[in-house]
Amino acid sequence: MTYTFNETQMAELNRLVARYPEGKQKSALLPALHLAQDSFDGWLPTELMDYIASLLKIEPIEVYEVASFYSMFNLKPVGKFIFEVCQTGPCMISGSDDIIAYIQEKLSIKPGETTKDGVFTLKLVECLGACGYAPMMQVGKIFREHLTKEKVDSIIAEYRATVTN
Amino acid sequence: MGVKLLLDKANVPGIRTYEVYRREGGYRSVEKALKEMNPESIVEEVKKSGLRGRGGAGFPTGMKWSFIAKPEGVPRHLVCNADESEPGTFKDRYLMEFIPHLLLEGLIVSSFALGSHDTYIYIRGEYAWITDILEEAINEAKANGWLGKNILRTGFECNIHVQRGAGAYICGEETALIESLEGKRGNPRIKPPFPAIQGLWQRPTVVNNVETLAAIVPIINIGGEEYAKIGVGRSTGTKLISACGNINKPGVYEIDMTISVEEFIYSDEYCGGIKGGKQLKACIPGGSSVPILPANLLLKTATGETRYMNYESLSDGGFATGSMLGSGGFIVLDEDQCIVKNTLTLARFYRHESCGQCSPCREGTGWMEKILHKIEHGHGTIADIDLLWDIQRKIEGNTICPLGDAAAWPVAAAIRHFRDEFEWHINNPVLSQTSNFGLQHYADPIHVPA
Ligand SMILES: Cc1cc2nc3c(=O)[nH]c(=O)nc-3n(C[C@H](O)[C@H](O)[C@H](O)COP(=O)(O)O)c2cc1C
Ligand code: SF4
Ligand code: FES
Repeated sequence: MTYTFNETQMAELNRLVARYPEGKQKSALLPALHLAQDSFDGWLPTELMDYIASLLKIEPIEVYEVASFYSMFNLKPVGKFIFEVCQTGPCMISGSDDIIAYIQEKLSIKPGETTKDGVFTLKLVECLGACGYAPMMQVGKIFREHLTKEKVDSIIAEYRATVTN
Repeated sequence: MGVKLLLDKANVPGIRTYEVYRREGGYRSVEKALKEMNPESIVEEVKKSGLRGRGGAGFPTGMKWSFIAKPEGVPRHLVCNADESEPGTFKDRYLMEFIPHLLLEGLIVSSFALGSHDTYIYIRGEYAWITDILEEAINEAKANGWLGKNILRTGFECNIHVQRGAGAYICGEETALIESLEGKRGNPRIKPPFPAIQGLWQRPTVVNNVETLAAIVPIINIGGEEYAKIGVGRSTGTKLISACGNINKPGVYEIDMTISVEEFIYSDEYCGGIKGGKQLKACIPGGSSVPILPANLLLKTATGETRYMNYESLSDGGFATGSMLGSGGFIVLDEDQCIVKNTLTLARFYRHESCGQCSPCREGTGWMEKILHKIEHGHGTIADIDLLWDIQRKIEGNTICPLGDAAAWPVAAAIRHFRDEFEWHINNPVLSQTSNFGLQHYADPIHVPA
């Protein structure tokens, strides 16, 4: 499959590149990969990374090595919504284990897996900077904090409703 | 109520917007700095204030600024470290989310002092909505003439750009951050050369924490000397503390550094005591990297003195009986928490975040996690405790960047102060799977030798 940014996406890329001095366009790589991941299917297939390399005039390997370093870049297909639940110390002592177990039970998937309908992926992550509002998870751009089982139920229902309609 | 310099206006409705922020006296420090001061006098003022870096290391900011090289014709850069990924730390997020213009104001003054015309905020990728808030604030500031060319008709040009990271704790380390800002993997650089000489794109660069740069605003407004009068000793000014764990009121608090740890934990103005009326067992007072202390060594030093929330007092006793103020990430553990399990989650964190360049860190963090996992799940031996001790000692001081130390210290401190609990886990492999060691003697009054 080949990928092409539409006009808006291209304008955003150009805005990103313009923030750096002449010849330093590689600095836009992380923001460009975010843009690419958000613009297409939520992950970075090789063809998409190659496309970014061509836009930034760098070698494909320079993109691959960066994409594989950072945890927010997905190198495999993911569900429509990713529940990224924090499991580090402060969240753990505030009850994240129970929340993780509950989500696994509700969605019948283990960490790293995606539901059969392709809607939810469960991912365990390390501290997201919300330790005072634990337990918590990130879904897309937002943080869902002070999680309880009831809250998890309503969050799942909320996202599910957006796909069945 | 202590003095507040950063969050004093945090509760004013609409303070996130330029209009309200300006009406409340915002951007005065830019007027003063650009019209009445010059870069040298600003650096002097910051030196006088005694401000120490709020990112964790506590290095004097004025001194750091005075190191920046000024070769003819080479641009210089200020980079704001908003990577905030040290477990327990969420103070910069609060400041950027609720008072974004305070950070921008500090950045403009600091950029003027350092001669940076293009200043970058490197923010952790997960803070996506805060990136939007900052971009919005930058647009407002630009529209009102505080950014761009010829600010206040002084000829000074300053642009601020926000760059999102993509999930890597190591990018909070300043040279890894610079690499990441150049579009590379976050592998820390070998120092020297220091960023002040060769940083971003090999140009002279200063990297400072969000809170450090926000503190420049009150320092310019009230003067370095007045700022230095707040606090005690070399802990001047105010500090943001993000408190979490088993307390009644988790959140971000601005303290002046004269209050005691006990007051901070138990007073209703701050943490409001331990949740559910339980007892305090232990605390990691400055972000996950600093040594954990049992309750008795937290509230009092080994010599029986009251411990205070400042750089000197928290580190009183060195690593043998003290800890550090660090990033201000204050993690409280109650009597039901398991030290082995807590240490395991931190070891897993550091293994996950090691960039892998140095073998002691790459291999050592993996080993520590494995051994702790074994102990936690009832398969440990007493020799494993010694092995853990040995591994952490071999990491410390033998790596390119301080992440190695940061991974070693929590394990060392847990064994140093809670060895009994590790032994109990090992000697009770079945029982430890369903119950906890509990509080035991960890809150008992300490014996002060006469
Ligand atoms: C592994 C590691 C992670 C770090 N993470 C951060 C961070 O998230 N934010 C921060 O301000 N400093 C962090 N630091 C400290 C920075 O390297 C640097 O000292 C700091 O940004 C300097 O700013 P300051 O002097 O204003 O504190 C980290 C250091 C290490 C070794
Ligand atoms: S100490 Fe660890 S994180 Fe730091 S450079 Fe070495 S391997 Fe990377
Ligand atoms: S430990 Fe979970 S957000 Fe910090």
